Amino acid sequence: MEDIENTILEYVIDEYLEDEDDEIGPNSPLISSGIVDSFSMVSLKTFLERKYNISIPDDKATPEAFDTVNRIADVVRSFIS
Amino acid sequence: MAYSEKARNFYQGELRDIKEGGLFKEERFIQSPQSAEIKVEYPSGAQPMDVINMCANNYLGLSSHPEVIKASHQGLDDRGFGMSSVRFICGTQDIHRTLEDKLTKFLETEDTILFASCMDANAGVFEAVFNDQDVLIADRLVHASIVDGMRLCKALNESYKHSNMEHLEKKLQTYQDARFRCIVTDGVFSMDGDTAKLDEICDLAEKYDALVFVDDSHATGFLGKRGKGTHELKGVLGRIDIITTTLGKALGGASGGCVSGRKEIVEMCRQRARPYLFSNAMPPVVVAASNKVMDLIMGSTERRDKLENNTKFWRKSLLEAGFDIKDGDTPIVPIMLYNAKLSQDMSRDLYQEGIYAIGFFFPVVPKGQARIRTQISAGHDINHLERALEAFIKVGKKYNILGKTKDEIIEMYGL
Repeated sequence: MEDIENTILEYVIDEYLEDEDDEIGPNSPLISSGIVDSFSMVSLKTFLERKYNISIPDDKATPEAFDTVNRIADVVRSFIS
Repeated sequence: MAYSEKARNFYQGELRDIKEGGLFKEERFIQSPQSAEIKVEYPSGAQPMDVINMCANNYLGLSSHPEVIKASHQGLDDRGFGMSSVRFICGTQDIHRTLEDKLTKFLETEDTILFASCMDANAGVFEAVFNDQDVLIADRLVHASIVDGMRLCKALNESYKHSNMEHLEKKLQTYQDARFRCIVTDGVFSMDGDTAKLDEICDLAEKYDALVFVDDSHATGFLGKRGKGTHELKGVLGRIDIITTTLGKALGGASGGCVSGRKEIVEMCRQRARPYLFSNAMPPVVVAASNKVMDLIMGSTERRDKLENNTKFWRKSLLEAGFDIKDGDTPIVPIMLYNAKLSQDMSRDLYQEGIYAIGFFFPVVPKGQARIRTQISAGHDINHLERALEAFIKVGKKYNILGKTKDEIIEMYGL
């Protein structure tokens, strides 16, 4: 797994998981599973924008595009490059 | 016709999806005043049944109190039926200002402004007070109306894990560069019945220069020794900058809400809060009755004391019977079942036993957290609660959940 995926995964675990026993991976559904709701998703978007010095428009930060760590990393990469 | 077949088919499909998802909400027709005992027609067309109401927000039992009804009759005679105006044109009567002053005195704040509902208060206050230089940091379990209000505001919407003060502190540290930070929380969380750690929140707010917003809709009138709310219970009277609350629950339960707090913030709402500027003034009949409610609760703590005793009795009885309930000391007592279907089945069986209590499941509560939420009232007498307990035990035995742990219930019924 690459750095961006690792960074996002670490953030998601720290920011959203309530139970330390919960395990998630780069392809675990986050939003459709209820781990992250659309309200608290804003934290994630803000974190990515600050961390990578990018601006993600709302129409790119959809629940579908943010449903797994791998998909989120793709979104981030598209703005870094 | 503009309402095309395409449109009709689309909405029929949406409604079908809601039904198939088990999320279709049906209303039950109540053929009596709101009270501890009500007459309910359910399903529609069925013979009405007398049931004990365990799901109203009628915490103080004032919804149909004789003195409140009398005051509303008087208000109707003295000040008429409707205002036909927003507040700032010709919709403000002397009794509106009296009610705002009584709320200010009761909540121990600087000023108060009435809204048509607390939903409107929450929808309007953030946009009126904050802008894109600010950050709102909300508990993740705040009420939906707060989420909507935050979304209408240009401030950055942030959140912290439910009642997790370490996480909140981290967020406050992150946003020290913002113009204003505002911590946003419910006083009592409506689905779990737990209270916000307002003492710790106020300390963090001082340390990191943040305002504090509390929606106290499920506390005003009964939490704290004099019933002022969560800020009294937690010893932080005078330290909350913005309180929103409702007249639609403990305080008579008709309608209306307010923003109460720092006088400049209240004045900003008068000038800029869109639901205030563009909604009709509260009807005189409701205002007159609400003034009476304020007199009753400021004159005596008898009803909140009875509610406290009822709550203790109910929580203790459920625990002794072997139910898995959420910890807390509020009259919102959730009985945890975890499985959505089990919550619906038990609710249905309880109704047949003459108990009206509703099952909640995702998306109203998180997945795997289905429960029956019971709400206690000062309108309940102990014999109501004893009858309800008997029914809960009977139904609990049928589903074999008494004395079972969370894991055992999940093992039997799944998530």
